[in-house]
Amino acid sequence: MTRVRDLLLRATNPTATVFVLLVLVFAGVFAMNPGFFEGPSLMAFLKQAAPLVILAAGQYFVIVSGNFDLSVGALVGAQVVIAARLIDGEESRTLPVMIVMVLFGIGVGLVNGLITTALKVQSFITTLGMLMVLYGAIRLWTGGAPTGSLSESFRVFGRMGIEDVPVLGQIPWALLIMIAVGAGSVLLMRTRFGRILMAAGDNERAAALSGARVDTARTIAFVLSGLSATIAGILIGGFAGVSAQVGDGLEFTVITAVVLGGVVLGGGRGSVLAAMAGALVIEALFTLFNQMALPATLRPAVQGAIIIAAVAYAARRRTRPVPTATATPS
Amino acid sequence: MRTTRIAAAAAAALGILLATACTTDAPTEEADDTATETESGDEWFVQADYDEQLAQRDIEPEGDPNTPWLQAIEPEWVDTAAFAQEGGDATVCFSNASVSNPWRVTGWITMQQQVAVLQESGQIGEFRHSDAGDDDDQQISDIQAFVDSGDCDALIISPSTTATLTPAVEAACESGVPVIIFDRGVNTDCAVTFIHPIGGYAFGADAAEFLVDELEPGSTVLALRILPGVDVLENRWAAAEEIFADSELEILGNEFTGGDAAEIKNIVTQYLQRGDVDGIWMDAGDGAVAAIEAFEDAGAPYPVMTGEDELSFMRKWQETGMTALAPVYSNFQWRTPVIAATMILAGEQVPAEWVLPQDPITEAERDQYLEVNADMPSLHYAKFGGEDLPGFPDAWQDR
Repeated sequence: MTRVRDLLLRATNPTATVFVLLVLVFAGVFAMNPGFFEGPSLMAFLKQAAPLVILAAGQYFVIVSGNFDLSVGALVGAQVVIAARLIDGEESRTLPVMIVMVLFGIGVGLVNGLITTALKVQSFITTLGMLMVLYGAIRLWTGGAPTGSLSESFRVFGRMGIEDVPVLGQIPWALLIMIAVGAGSVLLMRTRFGRILMAAGDNERAAALSGARVDTARTIAFVLSGLSATIAGILIGGFAGVSAQVGDGLEFTVITAVVLGGVVLGGGRGSVLAAMAGALVIEALFTLFNQMALPATLRPAVQGAIIIAAVAYAARRRTRPVPTATATPS
Repeated sequence: MRTTRIAAAAAAALGILLATACTTDAPTEEADDTATETESGDEWFVQADYDEQLAQRDIEPEGDPNTPWLQAIEPEWVDTAAFAQEGGDATVCFSNASVSNPWRVTGWITMQQQVAVLQESGQIGEFRHSDAGDDDDQQISDIQAFVDSGDCDALIISPSTTATLTPAVEAACESGVPVIIFDRGVNTDCAVTFIHPIGGYAFGADAAEFLVDELEPGSTVLALRILPGVDVLENRWAAAEEIFADSELEILGNEFTGGDAAEIKNIVTQYLQRGDVDGIWMDAGDGAVAAIEAFEDAGAPYPVMTGEDELSFMRKWQETGMTALAPVYSNFQWRTPVIAATMILAGEQVPAEWVLPQDPITEAERDQYLEVNADMPSLHYAKFGGEDLPGFPDAWQDR
C-alpha cells in the first residue's frame, strides 16, 4: 500500500506530471492510430517537434532565473525572413548568413538581458517591447512581405536527415540537433552557472549575498534563449520555407510548454528536461487532435482545458509555496 | 494548506491566460478581402450571391481582354458629369486598409506605378495616401482627415472592414467628393463606383470544381484554410462545401493554418500519416509550397491541388508537373480605382458596380505567366496586371 502511495506521490510530482501526461497523450494517439509509432511517422513527428523543444530549453533558462522571454516568436520570424532576404537562393551565402543569424540572436538576447538586469526593466516589458520592435522592423524592412528564398543547403537541417536507416527510415538532423541541445542544457544546469541561475530565480537576494553574479547569469540566460530561437529559426525555415507568419504566437506556445513541464513562473524550480518534455506534450496533443479529427475550432479550447488541468494538478501537489508575482525580479 | 490552494488558483489562472493567449494569435492581417466578423457556419452562405457569382464567371466582360483591369461584367453605367473638373492637377486621395500581406503589397506597388503614369500624362496632380494598418479606428480618422482637409478632388477607399467603415464612407460621400470603393465593400451604395473582382464564392467554386473534375469518385480531399471569420475567405469555403456536397469526394477535414508554412506542413504530414490524401483545396495560396513538400518528404504521390496565382506555388507546380489550378482573386484591381478617379473627374461614365473578371490560371496558361514574371520574387502574384507599366519589372522586384 505504501509503495502504491509512493508511486502516486512521485507521479504527481510537478516535474513527473508532464511525463505521465506525455505517456497518456501518446497512448491516446496509439489507440487512434497504431501506425503513428512506426519509424518513419514517429521520426516525422520528432522532426516537426524539434524547434519547439529547442525553444523550450532556451525559455527554461530565462524562466528558471525569474524572467520571461516574450520575444522568441518574433525573433524566430525575423531570423527566417532575414535568412531568406540575405541568402536569396544563393548556395554560397548559406554559411555566412547562418553566422549573421547566430550573431543577431546573441545580440537580441544580450540587449534583452542588459536592459532587464542593468536598467532594471521588468523582463515582461523588455521582451514585449523587443517583440514589437522586431515585428515592426521586419515589416518595415520587407515592406510587409518577405522576399528572397532560402538555399537548399540552408534547408537541409530542418528538412533532411540520415537517409535509409533500417526501421526508422530517415533520422532527421533536427532530431539530432534537438538531442544535442537537450544534452547540452542538462549538463549546463549541473554546472556552477546552472546553480546560480536556479538560485537567482529562487531567492535573488540570498544568491547575491552569497557572492553569485546574478545579473551576469540572467543576461547569459537571455543570450541562450536568443540562441535557441536562432536554432529554431534555422530548423523551422528549413522545415517549411519562408512565410510572413513564421513564428507568430510561438512565445505563448513555448511558455505554455515550459509551465506544463512543471517549471514555476517566477523561477527557482523545475528541470530543463521536463520543460522540453512539455514541448513534446504540446506537439503530441496537436497530433492527437488531428488523429481524433477534432473540429479545428474546438481544438484550442480542449488544449487550454488540458493545460489548465495539468498545471493545476501539479500545483496542488507541490509542497513548497510558489513565489508570488511580486517576487518576480525586475 | 492555504498556500497550496493559492498556488493552485494562481497556476490555474496563469494557465487560462496562457491558453487564451495562444489561441488568439491568429494573423488577421492575412485576409485579402473583407473582414466582417460574425459567427461561422451557414451564416456565410447566401444562395443568391453564390448563384450570381457563379453565373458571372461565364459572362463575357465588356472591354478589351488585354486590359482586364478596365473590363467590367454587366456594367450599369452612371453619369458623372457633376464631378467633371477642368485642368489636370486634381488631387486624388487614397485611404488604404493596410499593406499587411503579400497580395496587398503587390497591389499597392501596381497602384503607385499607375499613378505615376497618370501624373506623367497630367491627369492627376497630387496623390495622397494613408495606411491604416488594419485598424478600423485609424482608417475612420484617416478618411475624416482627407474630407476635412478639403483638398481631395476624388477619394479612393479600400475599407478594412465592412460594417465599421460604412458611416465613415457615408460621411465622405456627403462631403460632395466623388468616392471610389474597391476590394472589400461597405453597406452603402453612396460611392460613385464600387470596384471588385467577382468574389469569394467564385474563387472557392473554381477550386472545388477543378478537384471534382480531376479526381476519381471516392478520392480524399483535405481543405486548408487560413482563418475563420473573414467573410470572403468563409465565402470561398462555403462555395467549396456546396460543390463538394454534390460530389463523391470524401472531405478528410478542413484545417485552419494561419497561413503559416510550418503549420501547413505539420498538418498535411499528419494527414498523410493517417492515410492517402488525393487532393488539396486551399482558400488562399499562402504556404501552398509547404503543403506540396509534405507530400515529397512523406514519399507520397503529388495531390491534385488548387492554390492561388502566387508565384511560389506556380513555380512549384511547373517544377513538379503536378495537376493543379491557380484560382485568382484579381490583383490587377489595384489599377482600376485611380483610372476610375480620372474618368470621374473627366465626367466620363463609370459602372456603378465595377465587377472585374476573375479567371483562374490553368496549366495551359501557366508557363506563359511564369515567363513574363520570371524575375519576380516568389510572393508576387501572376495576375498583378502591371506588365505594361513603365516601372516594370524593377518596381515589383525591389520591395
